[in-house]
Amino acid sequence: MFETLALNAPSWSDLRHFVPETVLVVTFLLALMADLFARGRRPAGPFALALGGCLVALAAAVSSLPAGPRSILGDLVVVDGLAGFFRVLFPLIGAITILFSWASGEIMGPRREHKGEFYALVALMAFGMCVMASAADLIMLYLSVELVSLTSYVMAGYMRTSLRSTEASLKYVIFGSVSSGVMLYGLSLLFGLTGETTFVEIRAALLAGRADNFALLVAMVFVLAGLGYKIAAVPFHFWCPDVYEGAPTPVTALFSVGPKAAGFALMIRFFYTTLLSPGGGQAAAGAAAPDGVIVGPADWPLLIAILSVVTMTYGNLVALRQTNVKRLLAYSSIAHVGYLLMGFLMLTAAGLEAILFYLLVYAIMNLGAFLFVIALNNRLGGEEISDYAGLSTRAPWVALMMMVFLLSLTGLPPTAGFIGKMYLFAEVINRHWFWLAVVGALNSVVSLFYYMKIAKAMYFTPGERAPLRLEPLHTAVLILLAAPTLALGVYWTPFKNFVDRAVAGFAGLGG
Amino acid sequence: MNAGLEHFLTVGALLFGLGVFAVLTRRNAVGLLMGVELILNAANLNFAAFARYVEHGIDGQVLAAFVIVLAAAEAAVALAIVLAMFRNFGTVHVDAVDRLRR
Repeated sequence: MFETLALNAPSWSDLRHFVPETVLVVTFLLALMADLFARGRRPAGPFALALGGCLVALAAAVSSLPAGPRSILGDLVVVDGLAGFFRVLFPLIGAITILFSWASGEIMGPRREHKGEFYALVALMAFGMCVMASAADLIMLYLSVELVSLTSYVMAGYMRTSLRSTEASLKYVIFGSVSSGVMLYGLSLLFGLTGETTFVEIRAALLAGRADNFALLVAMVFVLAGLGYKIAAVPFHFWCPDVYEGAPTPVTALFSVGPKAAGFALMIRFFYTTLLSPGGGQAAAGAAAPDGVIVGPADWPLLIAILSVVTMTYGNLVALRQTNVKRLLAYSSIAHVGYLLMGFLMLTAAGLEAILFYLLVYAIMNLGAFLFVIALNNRLGGEEISDYAGLSTRAPWVALMMMVFLLSLTGLPPTAGFIGKMYLFAEVINRHWFWLAVVGALNSVVSLFYYMKIAKAMYFTPGERAPLRLEPLHTAVLILLAAPTLALGVYWTPFKNFVDRAVAGFAGLGG
Repeated sequence: MNAGLEHFLTVGALLFGLGVFAVLTRRNAVGLLMGVELILNAANLNFAAFARYVEHGIDGQVLAAFVIVLAAAEAAVALAIVLAMFRNFGTVHVDAVDRLRR
């Protein structure tokens, strides 16, 4: 309930509700220090510290569920169901990234010194993403976005002597700093229109009709530009394919799920809190949750629908032409942002449930697909589709697992991707946006073509026949990701319940 | 004549426009970053002006202070990347950097 979110001064005891984040910061500092003393080919100390830290943060996040809406640190941060959901997701993504970077030639190969920095940066990024998911104030919004951005610029350019990696980080830093600057200008306008900095008070000011409609529209579009860049929605996606292709593959894997999900978390919190007039009453999980009234300046659903259609269509059509798998997956990730935006349409509880469920599924299957690319890059030294020729005879199980990820990304049963898409489409149809559902379905058909291009190379194009053995660690993590991708397609109730609880406890819906 | 809110906002908007213009037209990486600085400072000016005329509090000024510090951090990271670019490509011209998409 919002009434219980009393304004309060920051105090040390607030940190009791900030344990996963605190653990991640400490992890970052310790791993950075440990790196100074790391000897040998691989920095075992920073690796173990960062992995352990992420797992401890994960455990702390799980044990603190369900997180009641609680405004802490001087109302800069709110810990609620939504934050609870994402602070489970982000340390998990961090841990998986750290695990498979350990055996990746791109991360552990070329540099001679300070290889452990990478693991420290992953922990720092996980921290920034957790804060993005719980920011409740313009200051925290901007700080957390910049924290994640600055970390990502460095990670994109991690292979310092590689031309491609340097180019990726240059493009990222230029596009990133411009769009966050534009967003900041939008935030300043929003601040001027309402005279407030916390999201809740901004909503109150908007409800009181204190803001001029046109100026508000400009401010919101600027903010949308900054957040749209973070999630790589068209037309703010230009950096995405180049950065994904040039960055080291483990970093690309992290980018494609981490900052994207964090951007969605922040978008959810910001727009649900500032634009949604509470429907009143308790939002029951799944059941008749009262839909709030959108107090936005423009035809919000239409704006989001157009953004969604343009994003998914562009992503899918351009992906058709790609031959580099990293680039192909970059465009596919743009298309997935389009699907996810469908859940945003009416700012409803059901839409939010669909988004969170899909984000969870997407994180698993996309990390899996990228891990496949990393594992094979280690052995084959490339990531063109043609490199995968004949893989079904060289490494049948690995090819099969990639098939599972590809089917799931397309959204075919019996995989998790199908269930995730089902919820998103159900929300769109329930709100009578039939044309959007049709466009989304057509897009899924288009995506089948390019995903199956990879499958065709693996299964039907003859290539080398010598068996291929992957790093055991890579195979293990691949199994760890393929299993839930299949299992969630058959039995997803526990995950659905987990998501429903998160939405029920979301302060933006009056949880 | 006293300077009012409109005057500050006009200067802010001009700075913002100049910053965007610089970003769009400059091909030198350092010049691009200077455009970004202009955009950030346009926002800062807005925050300070709104804090004085609309909010009558300090939240806006606090925000501006945070942004100043962050802009410094961002410049440090961005210049380090430009340095890496100069080492690898031998130039700071962004058009020369086009290894990807081949």
